[in-house]
Amino acid sequence: MSETLLKIEQLEVNYGAVRALKNVSLEVKSGEVVALLGANGAGKSTTLRAISGLVKAKSGGITYANQNIARLNPTQIVALGVSHSPEGRRVFPGMTVLENLRLGASQRNDKENIQADIDRMFEMFPILSERKTQTAGTLSGGEQQMLALTRALMNRPKMLLLDEPSLGIAPLIVRQIFATLAELKKTGTTILLVEQNVNIALNLADRAYVLRTGEIVLNGSASELRLNSERVAQAYLGGGIETQDSRAA
Amino acid sequence: MNLLEYTFQQIINAVSQGSMFALVAVGLSIIFSLLRLTNFAHGDMMMVGAFGTLVMQLAGVPFLLAVLLGIVISALVGIIIERIAYRPVRGAPDVTMLLTSVALTYILENLGILLFTSSPRNFPLPDWLNASFNLADGRISFTSINLLTFGLTLLALLFLAWFVRNTQVGLGMRAAAEDLTASYLVGINVNTVIVVAFVMASSFAGLAGVLWAAQAGVVEPHMGFTPLLKAFVAAIIGGFGSIPGAIIGGFVLGALEVLIQSLPSEWGLGAYRDAIVFTLLIAFLLFRPGGIVGVKQEVKL
Repeated sequence: MSETLLKIEQLEVNYGAVRALKNVSLEVKSGEVVALLGANGAGKSTTLRAISGLVKAKSGGITYANQNIARLNPTQIVALGVSHSPEGRRVFPGMTVLENLRLGASQRNDKENIQADIDRMFEMFPILSERKTQTAGTLSGGEQQMLALTRALMNRPKMLLLDEPSLGIAPLIVRQIFATLAELKKTGTTILLVEQNVNIALNLADRAYVLRTGEIVLNGSASELRLNSERVAQAYLGGGIETQDSRAA
Repeated sequence: MNLLEYTFQQIINAVSQGSMFALVAVGLSIIFSLLRLTNFAHGDMMMVGAFGTLVMQLAGVPFLLAVLLGIVISALVGIIIERIAYRPVRGAPDVTMLLTSVALTYILENLGILLFTSSPRNFPLPDWLNASFNLADGRISFTSINLLTFGLTLLALLFLAWFVRNTQVGLGMRAAAEDLTASYLVGINVNTVIVVAFVMASSFAGLAGVLWAAQAGVVEPHMGFTPLLKAFVAAIIGGFGSIPGAIIGGFVLGALEVLIQSLPSEWGLGAYRDAIVFTLLIAFLLFRPGGIVGVKQEVKL
């Protein structure tokens, strides 16, 4: 088994007086795809935002590639090879597709390879190539999601944090995006995937954690959780799941 | 003088006036778009640029080099105030940043008074700049300063347009203006972007200050105040936070001011020029807060 790339230990995050995450511990091994499941407001996005340095942990540790990154700023974390494709896509609406992609390479020093990478992104999603001089705000939701994903990939990440890539997108495009993610997985990119769409997430992922009101209430391998869909549903909704019991699973 | 000639003369005046407003407004807009900071101290960069040029001239530096050094001095002052005054309050409520900039205005203007006294000083110009050109037997006239104002403004704005499209820092500047959180996530060096933005805004204001002083013939510590207010109006009617908006707003305002003044004097509107301009500002704030280009509200995470 490969080594641990990301390790979160007893992470606690507060928004003002509201506790968004309590005692969250998880780990992602190199080359793995791990899904973070849960209902709205469970703390999935907060977990990603804590990893990428957008919110600061109140306590707990975040270790990436054997380095404590809990006190680093977002720019430094991107420079370490962690790319975060955020909730709501957040492409730069007034800038062209090409400009968005170039910005994704902000922390790279190998300027000479950037154009080749942009071409690779266009091979991945040819529609983006057709739209390359259009501003991102004029793209459809699915195209914006493709752009958000490829913009994150322009950083040549070792680890990709994806927040709800299927949200508000036509099923056909969702399939196309997840097919691309499956290809990325084969090339060894490590992915931490936040999804509300449990089925599609568990099809791609190796393992999954289920969050509820800021705590991890269930975790296991994807195949196991697929077979126990009622337990996943229960964990979502707040049935009597024993955390201890689920850890043992 | 026939109407055609009169109109042509007024267009020259409007372009010259509008250039100056545009030059100052662009800097206000860039800084606002990045930091949501309404930078009252921006007008004082005009004073810094003009006094910087004056001091260099008095030290015997040739005029053009003195202007260049004056602009460099405004850029440096811009970097310093960003570092010691604005960076510590970055992310604070808008009112905190606004008050910081008002405080800076007082500090800078009083520093100006301390160093140069509050009385206006003569701003010496080389003879070639005082030259005036006459067309149509002297019925249309303009000076080298009019030409220079428009030419340098055009150069500065073209450089800015090139910069924000073709350099990584320039792209980052537009990105950070659109969505600051997303720019952190893609790894844009936001600090670098902000420092470069201050360098540009302050040098543009410094240049505007030199041109303003050249037209007025004098420099004094409060010289930045009126143009600052006008540049605010220009930036807001154009669309606050937008570079094209600031440029359009600057020229629209320049044209409007010259138009008001060129109306027949028996109408008596000339005296109300500023009142009309600020009424326009209020109308825009009430009915079209996004300005001419229609700036959208920022995205909040």
